[in-house]
Amino acid sequence: MKKDPDAILNSPEFKALVARQWAVSAVLSIIMLGAYFGFILVLAFNKAVLGTMLTEGLSLGIPVGLFVILLAWGLTGIYVFWANDKFDSAVNAIRQSLRRD
Amino acid sequence: MDQFTTTIGQPNLTSILFFFVFITVTMFITYYAAKRTKTTADFYAAGGGISGFQNGLALAGDYMSAASFLGIAGLVSLKGYDGLIYSIGFLVGWPIIMFLIAEPLRNLGKYTFADVVAYRLSQKPIRIAASVGSLMTVCFYLIAQMVGSGSLIHMVFGLQYEIAIVFVGAVMICYVLFGGMLATTWVQIIKAVLLLGGATVLVLMVLYRFDMNPVHLFAAAQAKYGDKVLAPGQLVSNPWDAMSLGLALMFGTAGLPHILMRFYTVPDAKAARKSVFVATGFIAFFYILTFIIGFGAMTLVGQDVISGMDKGGNMAALLLAEVTGGTMFLGFIAAVAFATILAVVSGLTLAGATTLSHDLYVNVFRGGRAAEQEEVRVAKIATLCLGVVAVALGLAFKGQNVAFMVGLAFAIAASANFPALVLSIMWRRFSTLGAVFSIVTGTTLAVVLIVISPTVWVDILKNPVAIFPLKNPALISMTGAFFAGWLGSVIKRDERAESLYAEQKVRNYLGVSVE
Repeated sequence: MKKDPDAILNSPEFKALVARQWAVSAVLSIIMLGAYFGFILVLAFNKAVLGTMLTEGLSLGIPVGLFVILLAWGLTGIYVFWANDKFDSAVNAIRQSLRRD
Repeated sequence: MDQFTTTIGQPNLTSILFFFVFITVTMFITYYAAKRTKTTADFYAAGGGISGFQNGLALAGDYMSAASFLGIAGLVSLKGYDGLIYSIGFLVGWPIIMFLIAEPLRNLGKYTFADVVAYRLSQKPIRIAASVGSLMTVCFYLIAQMVGSGSLIHMVFGLQYEIAIVFVGAVMICYVLFGGMLATTWVQIIKAVLLLGGATVLVLMVLYRFDMNPVHLFAAAQAKYGDKVLAPGQLVSNPWDAMSLGLALMFGTAGLPHILMRFYTVPDAKAARKSVFVATGFIAFFYILTFIIGFGAMTLVGQDVISGMDKGGNMAALLLAEVTGGTMFLGFIAAVAFATILAVVSGLTLAGATTLSHDLYVNVFRGGRAAEQEEVRVAKIATLCLGVVAVALGLAFKGQNVAFMVGLAFAIAASANFPALVLSIMWRRFSTLGAVFSIVTGTTLAVVLIVISPTVWVDILKNPVAIFPLKNPALISMTGAFFAGWLGSVIKRDERAESLYAEQKVRNYLGVSVE
């Protein structure tokens, strides 16, 4: 494949690919950062809230912590699901069109 | 159940038996791996032939050290809920690797993250700077692991500290030297399965006594030690401290050389992404297990007994194994902890050796031109040297408090490796000078600030007041590294690098070279 990289970079298909990948990465990263630093800031400023007892043997902090852990896993799952399906097909489509030209 | 006499510290037949089985099996694997390890791609990346699921297990294995298994279980057993806060910090870096680093790392690099940073910048200065960042991260991590392993083996088996260190060093050198990445990966996979399996059985044995309901276990702990064990304690008090540690853990994971090089052991990007998903799942599961193990130890063993054996609570999981499953189960868990140490130090040594041979020797001293066989030979010599250095450091730091070194390794990874990696991928104007500035600033700030922080200045050097207020330097050192990267790029532009950016970006997304 011999192609001018600038031409590919400025093609609408490639721009759309970059924009979409960036949007997905950015949104997922912001959710993760928000959840984790939100958790940390609650701990720093109002930790008593997380010590609230829901029932005997269960404070609010335990399900919240569990939620952050499962969120981290769930978000990576969403990314893989999206990337291995949508993103890869878009990448392959662009590669195909480059090969044809 | 209030008091019991432990057999920890006496030679344990089951343990020795399990351990010999582990050594025998892994040595066989190393023997077969050695026959298949001929090229550099074999040695550094197992020929790219590891599946996504296998690599996910190996990544989890690299990350779940004996320190995190015994240390976090111990922390939970003594401090309760605070241990969970600590584990969460170690987990949240994984999604960040996936979203920001995985694609470019896979598409632009060959064996190390320095491949990516140096993709369009001047090879020599970048490789040297990146190697310093990598080697510092690996060495501090390695010291913490070696010293921890020596004390652990001494405490559990009664073996002399020095003998334990030399033994760990020798076995680790065997794996890496002869079996390269293939053997290291399989050692890691076996260890991950053993550790996850062992921890799961331990949790089931604890929950069996509490109607299989963790809440009943927490309630028993609450009844014995009060509400405070279920509430956040002193771990996070100062918000700036918390932010700084959070940054180090979150972005440091995305800058650990031994983790990043695993992206090259799988055949394609799909498998690479899948492996991060698998690893994150197993690590998440593992941290949930250690939380329950910690509470089990608190309730069934008792905090006095735990802190009586080791101030940091490191023996909590082992004591719990003995209480729930007797000497035999203790032996099994102790052998698993030992296997964990071997696997983690092997992964670190391989990452360090790769930096020495691929980044420094081939791309700096030989200007990128070295024959395949020559590079493999240098990588093996580097492995041997690094193994000897690791043993020497382990002996030199005997009896020292090295727990802070893991935090330091993460701080350096987040400050020296991560900013340079991100800027080289995302910013067209990022220049060679900018990259060197960024890495040097990040490393220097991280090391200097931790020395004058409460972590070292007060806790270890016993000065009354710290010069730098934060326990972890990442907030300043990481910001400083980004700023220095910008400053260096503004001072001296790199026109060649800017002209190559389009090609790099196309390859970053499409995974193919267009020129």
